[in-house]
Amino acid sequence: MSLVHKSATALLSEMQSGSVSSTEVCTAFLDQIDAHDEKIGAFLRVDRESVLAKAADVDSRRSAGGALGLLAGLPVAVKDLLCTKGQPTTCASKMLEEFVPTYDATVIEKLDSADAIVIGKTNMDEFAMGGSTENSALGQTKNPWDTSRVPGGSSGGAAACVAAKMAPLSLGSDTGGSIRQPASFCGVTGLKPTYGRVSRYGLVAFASSLDQIGPLASSVEDTALLLQAIAGSDERDATCAPNEVPEYTATVAKPLEGLKLGIVKEHFAEGLDSEVGDCVTAAIDVYKALGASVVDIELPHSKYGIATYYIIAPSEASGNLARYDGAHYGYRTSDTSPVEGEGPLVTMYRRSRSEALGPEVKRRIMLGTYALSAGYYDAYYVKALKVRRLIRQDYDAAFEKVDFLVGPVSPTAAFGIGELSDDPLSMYLGDLYTVTTNLAGVAGLSVPCGFTKSGLPVGLQLQARPFDEERLLRAGHMYQSATDWHTKTPTV
Amino acid sequence: MLDRETVEKVALLARLKLSDEELATMTDQLGKIVGYIDQLSELDTDNVEPMAHAVELSNVFKSDEARPSLDREAALSNAPKKDDECYRVPAVLGE
Repeated sequence: MSLVHKSATALLSEMQSGSVSSTEVCTAFLDQIDAHDEKIGAFLRVDRESVLAKAADVDSRRSAGGALGLLAGLPVAVKDLLCTKGQPTTCASKMLEEFVPTYDATVIEKLDSADAIVIGKTNMDEFAMGGSTENSALGQTKNPWDTSRVPGGSSGGAAACVAAKMAPLSLGSDTGGSIRQPASFCGVTGLKPTYGRVSRYGLVAFASSLDQIGPLASSVEDTALLLQAIAGSDERDATCAPNEVPEYTATVAKPLEGLKLGIVKEHFAEGLDSEVGDCVTAAIDVYKALGASVVDIELPHSKYGIATYYIIAPSEASGNLARYDGAHYGYRTSDTSPVEGEGPLVTMYRRSRSEALGPEVKRRIMLGTYALSAGYYDAYYVKALKVRRLIRQDYDAAFEKVDFLVGPVSPTAAFGIGELSDDPLSMYLGDLYTVTTNLAGVAGLSVPCGFTKSGLPVGLQLQARPFDEERLLRAGHMYQSATDWHTKTPTV
Repeated sequence: MLDRETVEKVALLARLKLSDEELATMTDQLGKIVGYIDQLSELDTDNVEPMAHAVELSNVFKSDEARPSLDREAALSNAPKKDDECYRVPAVLGE
């Protein structure tokens, strides 16, 4: 088996035993990127020399017998909205094309102290707004299983690079499904941790009460490994929870006894593609065969999830993206001609933002500004916050009866590039099964559970109580021990 | 319902400038999205407390001591226009 087809966990133990070096591992993945990324477009930037310099450093420290971090020598791909000091962080936007952060995100510091090596920055929907990576201003990432299709989004590059074996581990972010849905479309494993499990310091903000950074990998075991390295409190993010970080890697392979699963009835209703439904139902049967009991659960307010999400997320975005003003950093218009009846500063703001932000980002800023504007604030924004609580209460009630909720990640497998790009509302409706996880702040895992007849991966979603990642990962690993969907790889 | 005039007003609030074509598309698309969102009005939420955050932590304190922060050069390093010590913007005050 070539190095790039091995799991992160296996590569780590081979490096520890000395049978392979970090330089060899990194070279193998860099070669894979060189060979295939022109076709897939997962990466926005790869700096081969600096990757190999860091790998050589880990190798020399290892041979000197020094203590090394949890991920020593492993390459990790990073979504291009996580600030990397001295390295461009573009959010796939023309607005930040030239932006070079002056500090590292906490998760980047954590990767560093774990002696992991950032292999490159991955493509995404602009400012993480979208579910197809078609909203990137810097290029289209293709689905490695079928390059005429989208990889999902917004962490499309993050998922595609793992599927195409260009990185063993990858960091994404999930505001309404942006890790789980591309993981599902690309046939990889992806975890949206509980809100507050991972520090958001240095994550370029989209919707601050919903955003969460999380891992993507080829297996649940590898996902646990990366979560282990990035989880934990951070005094620079007051919303990052003080809860202790369990030993995910030590327990992930231990099966759970007496597993109780809930099937969300609303997630199997109209709109679910029948092939996706069949794969998910078969996956639930696997759990039954493993001894799980399965009951029907209602999340009565889940049908309001999309409406609630598409008020709250754009409202927060309209505030967060107000910082792109052409003055402090980012793009500034070169057109200084005056506009009658408008001050020159306002003109500069409006031109800079309009020239540098893409259509989806503008749409969401507009939607959020509208929902927050005088006369609509109570009817839209406050109303949505109230429904958000009802959604959370549905989850609380469900988790009194069951350990995990199981269902599809997305109503369909990967769609064609361009298929939905003129119809934003249809695109939004695809987030039906994932947005409520973020609204409620619970954890969600996507694991591959089969393929459609045309060979596109399908994902199974497991949702868990807040801060129950330890058991969630064990439940995911149980499934992967009984099935081999996660071991399938596309022919790139 | 969302009309073009409202969309233009919102664009100014959002500090965006939309072309005629963008205004037409935006009015149409936002209208459809807001029409969909309006389904929330069928829910009775009179006695429900709004939930702004999933982890309702409060009073997260840290000690009040000065620590290193970005120096001026770093803070200005990404500015599209600057001089030695300031961001440069178009004149805000009149002549």
